[in-house]
Amino acid sequence: MPTAWRIGRGRISLELRQFFRDRESAVFNFALPVLLLIVFGSVFGGQDLGGTDVSFAQYFVAGMIASGILYTSFQNLAISIPIEREDGTLKRLRGTPMPKSSYFMGKVGTVVVAYVAQIIVLITVGRVFYGLAIPTELSAWVTFAWLSALGLIACTLLGIAYSVVPRQGKGASAVVAPVVLVLQFISGVFFIFSDLPTWMQNLASVFPLKWLAQGMRSVFLPESAAALEVSGSFQLPLVALVLSAWCIGGAIAAVVFFRWSPRGTN
Amino acid sequence: MANLRKTYGDVVAVDDVSLTITTGECFAILGPNGAGKTTTVEILEGYRSRDSGEVSVLGVDPAHGGRSWRAQLGIVLQSARDLGDITTHEAVAHFATYYPAPADVDTTIASVGLTDKAAARISTLSGGQRRRVDVALGLIGAPQLLFLDEPTTGFDPQARREFWVLLQQIKAGGTTIMLTTHYLDEAEALADRVAVIAAGRVIALDTPDQIGVGEDDSVEVSWRQDGRMHREFTTSPTSFVGELAAVLGGEIPELVIRRSTLEDRYLALIDQAQSSTS
Repeated sequence: MPTAWRIGRGRISLELRQFFRDRESAVFNFALPVLLLIVFGSVFGGQDLGGTDVSFAQYFVAGMIASGILYTSFQNLAISIPIEREDGTLKRLRGTPMPKSSYFMGKVGTVVVAYVAQIIVLITVGRVFYGLAIPTELSAWVTFAWLSALGLIACTLLGIAYSVVPRQGKGASAVVAPVVLVLQFISGVFFIFSDLPTWMQNLASVFPLKWLAQGMRSVFLPESAAALEVSGSFQLPLVALVLSAWCIGGAIAAVVFFRWSPRGTN
Repeated sequence: MANLRKTYGDVVAVDDVSLTITTGECFAILGPNGAGKTTTVEILEGYRSRDSGEVSVLGVDPAHGGRSWRAQLGIVLQSARDLGDITTHEAVAHFATYYPAPADVDTTIASVGLTDKAAARISTLSGGQRRRVDVALGLIGAPQLLFLDEPTTGFDPQARREFWVLLQQIKAGGTTIMLTTHYLDEAEALADRVAVIAAGRVIALDTPDQIGVGEDDSVEVSWRQDGRMHREFTTSPTSFVGELAAVLGGEIPELVIRRSTLEDRYLALIDQAQSSTS
Protein backbone atom coordinates (compact mmCIF):
# COMPACT_ATOMS: atom_id res chain seq x y z
CA MET A 1 0.00 0.00 0.00
CA PRO A 2 1.25 3.52 -0.77
CA THR A 3 1.97 5.41 2.47
CA ALA A 4 -0.44 8.04 3.84
CA TRP A 5 2.39 10.54 3.61
CA ARG A 6 2.98 9.93 -0.11
CA ILE A 7 -0.73 10.12 -0.91
CA GLY A 8 -0.98 13.23 1.28
CA ARG A 9 1.68 14.99 -0.78
CA GLY A 10 -0.32 14.19 -3.89
CA ARG A 11 -3.43 15.61 -2.18
CA ILE A 12 -1.57 18.85 -1.42
CA SER A 13 -0.59 19.28 -5.04
CA LEU A 14 -4.12 18.46 -6.26
CA GLU A 15 -5.78 20.75 -3.72
CA LEU A 16 -3.43 23.62 -4.53
CA ARG A 17 -4.27 23.34 -8.22
CA GLN A 18 -7.96 23.41 -7.33
CA PHE A 19 -7.48 26.32 -4.93
CA PHE A 20 -5.62 28.55 -7.35
CA ARG A 21 -7.82 27.66 -10.34
CA ASP A 22 -11.05 28.44 -8.48
CA ARG A 23 -12.07 32.04 -9.00
CA GLU A 24 -14.22 32.26 -5.85
CA SER A 25 -11.44 31.19 -3.51
CA ALA A 26 -9.01 33.54 -5.25
CA VAL A 27 -11.40 36.45 -4.67
CA PHE A 28 -12.11 35.55 -1.03
CA ASN A 29 -8.53 34.87 -0.10
CA PHE A 30 -6.55 37.43 -2.06
CA ALA A 31 -8.54 40.15 -3.78
CA LEU A 32 -10.81 40.94 -0.81
CA PRO A 33 -8.11 41.45 1.85
CA VAL A 34 -6.06 43.60 -0.52
CA LEU A 35 -9.13 45.65 -1.44
CA LEU A 36 -9.98 46.17 2.24
CA LEU A 37 -6.41 47.16 2.92
CA ILE A 38 -6.41 49.76 0.18
CA VAL A 39 -9.87 51.21 0.95
CA PHE A 40 -9.56 51.37 4.76
CA GLY A 41 -5.95 52.42 4.61
CA SER A 42 -6.64 55.30 2.23
CA VAL A 43 -9.69 56.59 4.14
CA PHE A 44 -8.34 56.44 7.70
CA GLY A 45 -4.66 55.88 7.17
CA GLY A 46 -2.92 59.24 7.28
CA GLN A 47 -2.70 60.50 10.85
CA ASP A 48 -0.48 59.08 13.54
CA LEU A 49 -2.22 57.47 16.49
CA GLY A 50 -2.06 59.39 19.77
CA GLY A 51 1.44 59.74 21.12
CA THR A 52 3.06 57.27 18.71
CA ASP A 53 4.67 57.37 15.29
CA VAL A 54 2.34 54.63 14.05
CA SER A 55 -0.33 55.41 11.44
CA PHE A 56 -3.73 53.75 11.43
CA ALA A 57 -2.84 52.16 8.09
CA GLN A 58 0.12 50.37 9.67
CA TYR A 59 -1.99 49.28 12.65
CA PHE A 60 -4.56 48.00 10.16
CA VAL A 61 -2.04 46.08 8.03
CA ALA A 62 -0.87 44.20 11.14
CA GLY A 63 -4.51 43.35 11.88
CA MET A 64 -5.08 42.19 8.31
CA ILE A 65 -2.02 39.93 8.45
CA ALA A 66 -3.58 38.35 11.56
CA SER A 67 -6.88 38.13 9.65
CA GLY A 68 -4.99 36.36 6.85
CA ILE A 69 -4.61 33.41 9.21
CA LEU A 70 -8.39 33.27 9.59
CA TYR A 71 -9.04 33.74 5.88
CA THR A 72 -6.74 31.02 4.64
CA SER A 73 -7.46 28.44 7.33
CA PHE A 74 -10.80 28.89 9.09
CA GLN A 75 -12.75 30.63 6.32
CA ASN A 76 -11.20 28.63 3.48
CA LEU A 77 -11.90 25.23 5.10
CA ALA A 78 -15.31 26.07 6.57
CA ILE A 79 -16.45 27.04 3.06
CA SER A 80 -14.64 24.41 0.95
CA ILE A 81 -15.38 21.32 3.07
CA PRO A 82 -19.21 21.71 2.93
CA ILE A 83 -18.93 22.12 -0.83
CA GLU A 84 -16.87 18.92 -1.01
CA ARG A 85 -19.35 17.13 1.20
CA GLU A 86 -22.14 18.11 -1.17
CA ASP A 87 -20.50 17.70 -4.58
CA GLY A 88 -19.37 14.13 -3.93
CA THR A 89 -15.65 14.74 -3.27
CA LEU A 90 -15.72 13.27 0.23
CA LYS A 91 -17.93 10.36 -0.74
CA ARG A 92 -15.70 9.47 -3.67
CA LEU A 93 -12.58 9.62 -1.49
CA ARG A 94 -14.14 7.45 1.19
CA GLY A 95 -14.74 4.82 -1.49
CA THR A 96 -11.03 4.63 -2.30
CA PRO A 97 -8.13 3.24 -0.25
CA MET A 98 -6.95 6.81 0.48
CA PRO A 99 -6.22 7.12 4.23
CA LYS A 100 -8.32 9.83 5.89
CA SER A 101 -5.16 11.44 7.27
CA SER A 102 -4.01 12.11 3.69
CA TYR A 103 -7.11 14.20 3.09
CA PHE A 104 -6.33 16.42 6.09
CA MET A 105 -2.69 16.65 5.05
CA GLY A 106 -3.90 18.02 1.75
CA LYS A 107 -5.95 20.64 3.57
CA VAL A 108 -3.12 21.67 5.87
CA GLY A 109 -0.67 21.94 2.98
CA THR A 110 -3.07 24.15 1.03
CA VAL A 111 -3.66 26.36 4.08
CA VAL A 112 0.07 26.89 4.64
CA VAL A 113 0.82 27.72 1.01
CA ALA A 114 -2.21 30.03 0.68
CA TYR A 115 -1.24 31.77 3.93
CA VAL A 116 2.34 32.38 2.85
CA ALA A 117 1.13 33.71 -0.53
CA GLN A 118 -1.38 36.00 1.15
CA ILE A 119 1.11 37.31 3.72
CA ILE A 120 3.56 38.17 0.94
CA VAL A 121 0.82 40.13 -0.86
CA LEU A 122 -0.33 41.94 2.31
CA ILE A 123 3.19 42.85 3.46
CA THR A 124 4.04 44.10 -0.02
CA VAL A 125 0.93 46.30 -0.17
CA GLY A 126 1.60 47.55 3.39
CA ARG A 127 5.22 48.33 2.54
CA VAL A 128 4.54 50.07 -0.77
CA PHE A 129 1.48 52.13 0.22
CA TYR A 130 1.71 52.67 3.97
CA GLY A 131 5.39 52.53 4.87
CA LEU A 132 5.02 49.35 6.90
CA ALA A 133 8.43 48.52 8.32
CA ILE A 134 9.64 45.01 7.51
CA PRO A 135 11.13 43.68 10.77
CA THR A 136 14.89 43.16 10.68
CA GLU A 137 15.50 41.53 14.08
CA LEU A 138 15.46 37.75 14.20
CA SER A 139 13.34 37.80 17.37
CA ALA A 140 10.46 39.49 15.50
CA TRP A 141 10.49 36.74 12.87
CA VAL A 142 10.63 34.06 15.54
CA THR A 143 7.51 35.63 17.08
CA PHE A 144 5.93 35.79 13.62
CA ALA A 145 6.69 32.11 13.06
CA TRP A 146 5.16 30.79 16.27
CA LEU A 147 2.19 33.16 16.03
CA SER A 148 1.52 31.91 12.50
CA ALA A 149 1.98 28.28 13.48
CA LEU A 150 -0.27 28.40 16.55
CA GLY A 151 -2.85 30.53 14.73
CA LEU A 152 -2.92 28.26 11.68
CA ILE A 153 -3.18 25.09 13.76
CA ALA A 154 -6.02 26.47 15.90
CA CYS A 155 -7.95 28.03 13.02
CA THR A 156 -7.48 25.02 10.71
CA LEU A 157 -8.96 22.74 13.37
CA LEU A 158 -11.76 25.23 14.06
CA GLY A 159 -12.48 25.48 10.33
CA ILE A 160 -12.72 21.67 10.09
CA ALA A 161 -15.11 21.66 13.07
CA TYR A 162 -17.16 24.63 11.80
CA SER A 163 -17.55 22.95 8.39
CA VAL A 164 -20.56 21.07 9.81
CA VAL A 165 -22.46 24.34 10.34
CA PRO A 166 -23.31 25.26 6.71
CA ARG A 167 -26.24 23.06 5.69
CA GLN A 168 -25.39 23.31 2.01
CA GLY A 169 -22.23 23.90 0.08
CA LYS A 170 -23.84 26.65 -1.94
CA GLY A 171 -24.59 29.06 0.92
CA ALA A 172 -21.54 28.17 3.00
CA SER A 173 -19.78 31.50 2.52
CA ALA A 174 -22.88 33.29 3.88
CA VAL A 175 -22.61 31.48 7.23
CA VAL A 176 -18.84 31.63 7.45
CA ALA A 177 -17.74 35.06 6.22
CA PRO A 178 -19.89 37.02 8.76
CA VAL A 179 -18.16 35.21 11.65
CA VAL A 180 -14.80 36.40 10.38
CA LEU A 181 -16.14 39.90 9.70
CA VAL A 182 -17.62 40.32 13.20
CA LEU A 183 -14.40 39.08 14.78
CA GLN A 184 -12.47 41.62 12.72
CA PHE A 185 -14.73 44.43 13.99
CA ILE A 186 -14.39 43.51 17.67
CA SER A 187 -10.80 42.25 17.70
CA GLY A 188 -8.88 45.41 16.80
CA VAL A 189 -8.56 44.94 13.04
CA PHE A 190 -10.94 47.59 11.64
CA PHE A 191 -10.82 49.79 14.78
CA ILE A 192 -8.17 50.51 17.38
CA PHE A 193 -8.77 47.84 20.00
CA SER A 194 -8.28 50.14 23.01
CA ASP A 195 -10.97 52.49 21.61
CA LEU A 196 -13.64 49.78 21.76
CA PRO A 197 -16.14 49.50 24.64
CA THR A 198 -14.91 47.28 27.46
CA TRP A 199 -17.61 44.63 26.97
CA MET A 200 -16.57 44.28 23.35
CA GLN A 201 -12.93 43.94 24.33
CA ASN A 202 -13.86 41.26 26.84
CA LEU A 203 -15.91 39.38 24.27
CA ALA A 204 -13.13 39.56 21.67
CA SER A 205 -10.62 38.28 24.24
CA VAL A 206 -12.35 34.90 24.16
CA PHE A 207 -11.53 34.39 20.47
CA PRO A 208 -8.16 33.88 18.76
CA LEU A 209 -8.19 36.86 16.38
CA LYS A 210 -7.75 39.51 19.10
CA TRP A 211 -4.59 37.74 20.28
CA LEU A 212 -3.29 37.12 16.78
CA ALA A 213 -3.73 40.82 15.90
CA GLN A 214 -2.00 41.88 19.11
CA GLY A 215 0.88 39.52 18.41
CA MET A 216 1.22 40.70 14.80
CA ARG A 217 1.35 44.32 16.01
CA SER A 218 4.33 43.37 18.19
CA VAL A 219 6.02 42.01 15.05
CA PHE A 220 5.25 44.76 12.53
CA LEU A 221 4.89 47.95 14.61
CA PRO A 222 7.63 49.82 16.47
CA GLU A 223 8.06 49.30 20.21
CA SER A 224 6.30 52.61 20.95
CA ALA A 225 3.02 51.13 19.61
CA ALA A 226 2.76 49.06 22.79
CA ALA A 227 1.31 52.23 24.33
CA LEU A 228 -1.79 51.65 22.18
CA GLU A 229 -2.51 48.31 23.85
CA VAL A 230 -5.03 48.17 26.68
CA SER A 231 -2.43 46.82 29.10
CA GLY A 232 0.39 48.94 27.70
CA SER A 233 2.23 45.84 26.46
CA PHE A 234 1.82 43.18 23.73
CA GLN A 235 1.45 40.38 26.34
CA LEU A 236 3.19 37.79 24.16
CA PRO A 237 3.23 35.02 26.80
CA LEU A 238 -0.52 35.42 27.26
CA VAL A 239 -1.01 35.39 23.44
CA ALA A 240 0.86 32.08 23.26
CA LEU A 241 -1.19 30.66 26.11
CA VAL A 242 -4.59 31.61 24.65
CA LEU A 243 -3.68 30.36 21.16
CA SER A 244 -2.39 27.06 22.58
CA ALA A 245 -5.66 26.64 24.43
CA TRP A 246 -7.53 27.19 21.16
CA CYS A 247 -5.37 24.55 19.45
CA ILE A 248 -6.50 22.02 22.05
CA GLY A 249 -10.12 23.18 21.93
CA GLY A 250 -10.04 23.13 18.13
CA ALA A 251 -8.63 19.61 18.06
CA ILE A 252 -11.41 18.35 20.33
CA ALA A 253 -14.08 20.20 18.33
CA ALA A 254 -12.75 18.86 15.02
CA VAL A 255 -12.75 15.27 16.25
CA VAL A 256 -16.19 15.57 17.83
CA PHE A 257 -18.03 17.51 15.12
CA PHE A 258 -16.41 16.67 11.78
CA ARG A 259 -18.42 14.41 9.49
CA TRP A 260 -17.79 12.93 6.06
CA SER A 261 -21.38 12.63 4.90
CA PRO A 262 -24.16 15.23 4.71
CA ARG A 263 -26.66 15.36 7.53
CA GLY A 264 -29.47 12.82 7.36
CA THR A 265 -27.44 10.11 5.64
CA ASN A 266 -25.77 7.16 7.24
CA MET B 1 -25.37 -11.24 1.35
CA ALA B 2 -28.15 -12.82 3.35
CA ASN B 3 -31.22 -11.34 5.02
CA LEU B 4 -29.92 -7.80 4.73
CA ARG B 5 -32.04 -5.24 6.57
CA LYS B 6 -31.77 -1.47 7.03
CA THR B 7 -34.29 0.95 8.49
CA TYR B 8 -34.32 4.72 8.92
CA GLY B 9 -36.61 5.48 11.85
CA ASP B 10 -39.90 3.89 10.85
CA VAL B 11 -38.97 3.61 7.20
CA VAL B 12 -37.74 0.22 6.07
CA ALA B 13 -35.30 0.88 3.22
CA VAL B 14 -34.06 -2.70 2.82
CA ASP B 15 -36.32 -5.35 4.30
CA ASP B 16 -34.85 -8.75 3.52
CA VAL B 17 -32.39 -9.00 0.66
CA SER B 18 -30.31 -12.10 -0.04
CA LEU B 19 -28.11 -12.28 -3.15
CA THR B 20 -25.01 -14.06 -4.35
CA ILE B 21 -22.95 -12.50 -7.11
CA THR B 22 -20.45 -14.66 -8.95
CA THR B 23 -16.97 -13.63 -10.03
CA GLY B 24 -16.88 -12.28 -13.57
CA GLU B 25 -20.59 -11.72 -14.00
CA CYS B 26 -22.46 -8.50 -14.60
CA PHE B 27 -25.25 -8.31 -12.07
CA ALA B 28 -27.97 -5.67 -12.28
CA ILE B 29 -30.29 -4.51 -9.53
CA LEU B 30 -33.44 -3.14 -11.07
CA GLY B 31 -36.21 -1.35 -9.26
CA PRO B 32 -38.26 1.81 -9.02
CA ASN B 33 -36.96 4.90 -7.23
CA GLY B 34 -36.96 4.39 -3.47
CA ALA B 35 -36.99 0.59 -3.78
CA GLY B 36 -33.77 0.22 -1.78
CA LYS B 37 -31.30 -0.23 -4.67
CA THR B 38 -28.86 2.46 -3.62
CA THR B 39 -29.11 1.58 0.08
CA THR B 40 -28.32 -2.06 -0.70
CA VAL B 41 -25.35 -1.20 -2.88
CA GLU B 42 -24.02 1.38 -0.42
CA ILE B 43 -24.04 -1.27 2.32
CA LEU B 44 -21.96 -3.49 0.02
CA GLU B 45 -19.61 -0.58 -0.70
CA GLY B 46 -19.10 0.02 3.03
CA TYR B 47 -20.74 3.48 3.01
CA ARG B 48 -23.69 2.53 5.18
CA SER B 49 -24.15 0.36 8.21
CA ARG B 50 -26.78 -2.39 8.24
CA ASP B 51 -29.21 -3.28 11.00
CA SER B 52 -28.96 -7.03 10.48
CA GLY B 53 -27.97 -9.66 7.97
CA GLU B 54 -24.74 -11.21 6.76
CA VAL B 55 -22.65 -9.55 4.06
CA SER B 56 -19.39 -10.63 2.50
CA VAL B 57 -17.80 -8.71 -0.38
CA LEU B 58 -14.60 -10.30 -1.74
CA GLY B 59 -14.50 -12.29 1.48
CA VAL B 60 -14.69 -9.26 3.78
CA ASP B 61 -17.53 -7.72 5.80
CA PRO B 62 -17.84 -4.21 4.28
CA ALA B 63 -18.46 -2.73 7.73
CA HIS B 64 -14.87 -3.65 8.62
CA GLY B 65 -13.19 -3.36 5.21
CA GLY B 66 -9.73 -1.81 5.37
CA ARG B 67 -7.56 -0.16 2.76
CA SER B 68 -6.44 -3.38 1.07
CA TRP B 69 -10.11 -4.37 0.68
CA ARG B 70 -11.00 -0.96 -0.75
CA ALA B 71 -8.10 -1.24 -3.19
CA GLN B 72 -9.90 -4.16 -4.88
CA LEU B 73 -13.12 -2.21 -5.43
CA GLY B 74 -14.03 0.41 -7.98
CA ILE B 75 -16.99 2.62 -7.15
CA VAL B 76 -18.84 4.85 -9.60
CA LEU B 77 -21.32 6.92 -7.62
CA GLN B 78 -24.48 8.66 -8.72
CA SER B 79 -24.13 12.29 -9.83
CA ALA B 80 -20.65 13.35 -8.73
CA ARG B 81 -19.90 17.00 -9.46
CA ASP B 82 -16.44 17.28 -7.96
CA LEU B 83 -13.00 17.81 -9.57
CA GLY B 84 -14.29 20.47 -12.00
CA ASP B 85 -11.07 22.52 -11.97
CA ILE B 86 -8.85 19.47 -12.57
CA THR B 87 -8.09 17.93 -15.95
CA THR B 88 -9.03 14.34 -16.81
CA HIS B 89 -5.40 13.24 -16.86
CA GLU B 90 -4.57 14.97 -13.56
CA ALA B 91 -7.56 13.36 -11.84
CA VAL B 92 -6.85 9.83 -13.10
CA ALA B 93 -3.12 10.13 -12.40
CA HIS B 94 -3.84 11.43 -8.89
CA PHE B 95 -6.27 8.65 -8.00
CA ALA B 96 -3.76 6.10 -9.32
CA THR B 97 -1.47 7.02 -6.39
CA TYR B 98 -4.04 5.65 -3.92
CA TYR B 99 -3.66 2.06 -5.12
CA PRO B 100 -0.91 -0.51 -4.63
CA ALA B 101 -1.09 -1.83 -8.23
CA PRO B 102 -2.92 0.73 -10.37
CA ALA B 103 -3.69 0.36 -14.05
CA ASP B 104 -1.78 2.51 -16.55
CA VAL B 105 -3.14 6.07 -16.58
CA ASP B 106 -3.08 6.67 -20.34
CA THR B 107 -4.43 3.21 -21.11
CA THR B 108 -7.31 3.73 -18.69
CA ILE B 109 -8.15 7.13 -20.18
CA ALA B 110 -8.03 5.57 -23.64
CA SER B 111 -10.26 2.68 -22.55
CA VAL B 112 -13.03 5.09 -21.60
CA GLY B 113 -12.57 6.98 -24.88
CA LEU B 114 -11.28 10.25 -23.40
CA THR B 115 -7.79 10.46 -24.88
CA ASP B 116 -8.84 13.63 -26.74
CA LYS B 117 -10.11 15.15 -23.50
CA ALA B 118 -7.18 14.14 -21.30
CA ALA B 119 -5.96 17.74 -21.01
CA ALA B 120 -9.43 19.29 -20.65
CA ARG B 121 -10.75 20.48 -17.32
CA ILE B 122 -13.51 18.18 -16.15
CA SER B 123 -15.97 21.08 -15.80
CA THR B 124 -15.82 21.58 -19.58
CA LEU B 125 -16.89 18.00 -20.39
CA SER B 126 -20.38 16.88 -21.40
CA GLY B 127 -22.49 14.77 -19.03
CA GLY B 128 -21.54 11.56 -20.80
CA GLN B 129 -17.85 12.42 -20.87
CA ARG B 130 -17.96 13.33 -17.19
CA ARG B 131 -19.42 9.93 -16.39
CA ARG B 132 -16.58 8.33 -18.35
CA VAL B 133 -14.13 10.15 -16.07
CA ASP B 134 -15.99 8.64 -13.10
CA VAL B 135 -15.64 5.20 -14.66
CA ALA B 136 -11.93 5.81 -15.34
CA LEU B 137 -11.50 6.76 -11.65
CA GLY B 138 -13.38 3.58 -10.72
CA LEU B 139 -11.10 1.48 -12.94
CA ILE B 140 -7.71 3.04 -12.22
CA GLY B 141 -7.11 0.80 -9.20
CA ALA B 142 -7.56 -2.29 -11.44
CA PRO B 143 -10.51 -3.48 -9.33
CA GLN B 144 -11.87 -7.01 -9.15
CA LEU B 145 -15.34 -5.65 -8.55
CA LEU B 146 -16.82 -2.50 -10.06
CA PHE B 147 -19.96 -0.87 -8.64
CA LEU B 148 -21.98 1.43 -10.90
CA ASP B 149 -24.97 3.27 -9.42
CA GLU B 150 -27.41 4.38 -12.14
CA PRO B 151 -24.54 5.17 -14.47
CA THR B 152 -26.47 6.45 -17.50
CA THR B 153 -29.19 8.57 -15.87
CA GLY B 154 -29.53 11.76 -17.89
CA PHE B 155 -27.75 10.42 -20.99
CA ASP B 156 -29.02 10.90 -24.51
CA PRO B 157 -29.72 7.62 -26.37
CA GLN B 158 -26.49 7.62 -28.35
CA ALA B 159 -24.34 8.33 -25.29
CA ARG B 160 -26.05 5.43 -23.50
CA ARG B 161 -25.33 3.00 -26.33
CA GLU B 162 -21.66 4.08 -26.33
CA PHE B 163 -21.49 3.72 -22.57
CA TRP B 164 -22.90 0.21 -22.77
CA VAL B 165 -20.18 -0.77 -25.22
CA LEU B 166 -17.63 0.55 -22.72
CA LEU B 167 -19.13 -1.53 -19.90
CA GLN B 168 -19.21 -4.64 -22.12
CA GLN B 169 -15.50 -4.16 -22.76
CA ILE B 170 -14.80 -3.80 -19.04
CA LYS B 171 -16.74 -6.98 -18.37
CA ALA B 172 -14.88 -8.79 -21.15
CA GLY B 173 -11.68 -7.78 -19.32
CA GLY B 174 -12.77 -9.98 -16.41
CA THR B 175 -14.04 -7.38 -13.96
CA THR B 176 -17.15 -8.33 -11.99
CA ILE B 177 -19.77 -5.59 -12.35
CA MET B 178 -22.59 -4.73 -9.99
CA LEU B 179 -24.95 -2.26 -11.58
CA THR B 180 -28.08 -0.53 -10.39
CA THR B 181 -30.43 0.95 -12.91
CA HIS B 182 -34.03 1.80 -13.51
CA TYR B 183 -33.66 1.31 -17.24
CA LEU B 184 -34.83 -2.10 -18.40
CA ASP B 185 -33.05 -1.97 -21.71
CA GLU B 186 -29.83 -1.27 -19.83
CA ALA B 187 -30.23 -4.38 -17.68
CA GLU B 188 -31.17 -6.34 -20.79
CA ALA B 189 -28.14 -5.14 -22.73
CA LEU B 190 -25.55 -5.57 -19.98
CA ALA B 191 -26.55 -7.96 -17.25
CA ASP B 192 -26.04 -11.70 -17.00
CA ARG B 193 -28.53 -11.77 -14.15
CA VAL B 194 -31.05 -9.28 -12.83
CA ALA B 195 -32.57 -8.87 -9.38
CA VAL B 196 -35.76 -6.83 -9.22
CA ILE B 197 -36.11 -5.03 -5.90
CA ALA B 198 -39.32 -3.41 -4.71
CA ALA B 199 -40.12 -2.10 -1.24
CA GLY B 200 -36.82 -3.41 0.07
CA ARG B 201 -37.29 -7.02 -1.07
CA VAL B 202 -36.03 -9.10 -3.97
CA ILE B 203 -39.17 -9.98 -5.91
CA ALA B 204 -37.47 -11.67 -8.85
CA LEU B 205 -34.01 -12.96 -9.68
CA ASP B 206 -33.09 -14.43 -13.06
CA THR B 207 -31.47 -13.81 -16.42
CA PRO B 208 -32.95 -10.77 -18.24
CA ASP B 209 -34.84 -12.90 -20.81
CA GLN B 210 -36.29 -15.16 -18.13
CA ILE B 211 -37.17 -12.65 -15.45
CA GLY B 212 -40.86 -12.65 -14.59
CA VAL B 213 -41.55 -15.44 -17.11
CA GLY B 214 -43.97 -17.95 -15.70
CA GLU B 215 -45.70 -15.32 -13.64
CA ASP B 216 -47.71 -14.59 -16.75
CA ASP B 217 -46.42 -16.15 -19.96
CA SER B 218 -49.52 -15.44 -22.01
CA VAL B 219 -49.15 -13.79 -25.39
CA GLU B 220 -51.20 -10.81 -26.49
CA VAL B 221 -53.10 -11.21 -29.78
CA SER B 222 -54.95 -8.23 -31.21
CA TRP B 223 -56.92 -7.84 -34.45
CA ARG B 224 -59.72 -5.84 -36.10
CA GLN B 225 -63.20 -7.32 -36.30
CA ASP B 226 -66.57 -5.65 -36.89
CA GLY B 227 -64.94 -2.23 -37.09
CA ARG B 228 -63.19 -2.29 -33.73
CA MET B 229 -59.98 -3.66 -32.17
CA HIS B 230 -60.12 -6.88 -30.14
CA ARG B 231 -57.52 -8.11 -27.70
CA GLU B 232 -57.04 -11.53 -26.21
CA PHE B 233 -54.38 -13.05 -23.93
CA THR B 234 -53.58 -16.68 -24.58
CA THR B 235 -50.90 -19.23 -23.72
CA SER B 236 -51.42 -21.00 -27.07
CA PRO B 237 -51.28 -18.23 -29.69
CA THR B 238 -50.69 -20.50 -32.71
CA SER B 239 -53.92 -22.48 -32.34
CA PHE B 240 -55.79 -19.32 -31.28
CA VAL B 241 -54.78 -17.53 -34.49
CA GLY B 242 -55.65 -20.68 -36.51
CA GLU B 243 -59.16 -20.71 -35.06
CA LEU B 244 -59.48 -16.98 -35.59
CA ALA B 245 -58.45 -17.32 -39.26
CA ALA B 246 -61.07 -20.03 -39.72
CA VAL B 247 -63.77 -17.82 -38.15
CA LEU B 248 -62.84 -14.74 -40.15
CA GLY B 249 -62.23 -16.73 -43.34
CA GLY B 250 -58.68 -15.91 -44.41
CA GLU B 251 -56.44 -12.96 -43.67
CA ILE B 252 -56.98 -11.47 -40.17
CA PRO B 253 -57.17 -7.65 -40.37
CA GLU B 254 -54.44 -5.77 -38.47
CA LEU B 255 -53.19 -8.88 -36.68
CA VAL B 256 -50.54 -8.29 -34.00
CA ILE B 257 -49.06 -11.06 -31.87
CA ARG B 258 -46.95 -9.69 -29.08
CA ARG B 259 -44.93 -11.68 -26.58
CA SER B 260 -44.42 -9.87 -23.24
CA THR B 261 -41.28 -7.76 -23.15
CA LEU B 262 -39.01 -7.44 -20.15
CA GLU B 263 -40.81 -4.18 -19.52
CA ASP B 264 -44.26 -5.84 -19.36
CA ARG B 265 -42.99 -8.52 -17.02
CA TYR B 266 -41.12 -5.99 -14.90
CA LEU B 267 -44.14 -3.73 -14.53
CA ALA B 268 -46.32 -6.75 -13.68
CA LEU B 269 -43.83 -7.74 -10.96
CA ILE B 270 -43.72 -4.23 -9.48
CA ASP B 271 -47.53 -4.07 -9.62
CA GLN B 272 -47.86 -7.33 -7.73
CA ALA B 273 -45.33 -6.28 -5.13
CA GLN B 274 -47.06 -2.97 -4.54
CA SER B 275 -50.56 -4.41 -4.29
CA SER B 276 -49.34 -7.07 -1.83
CA THR B 277 -47.66 -4.54 0.49
CA SER B 278 -50.38 -1.86 0.49
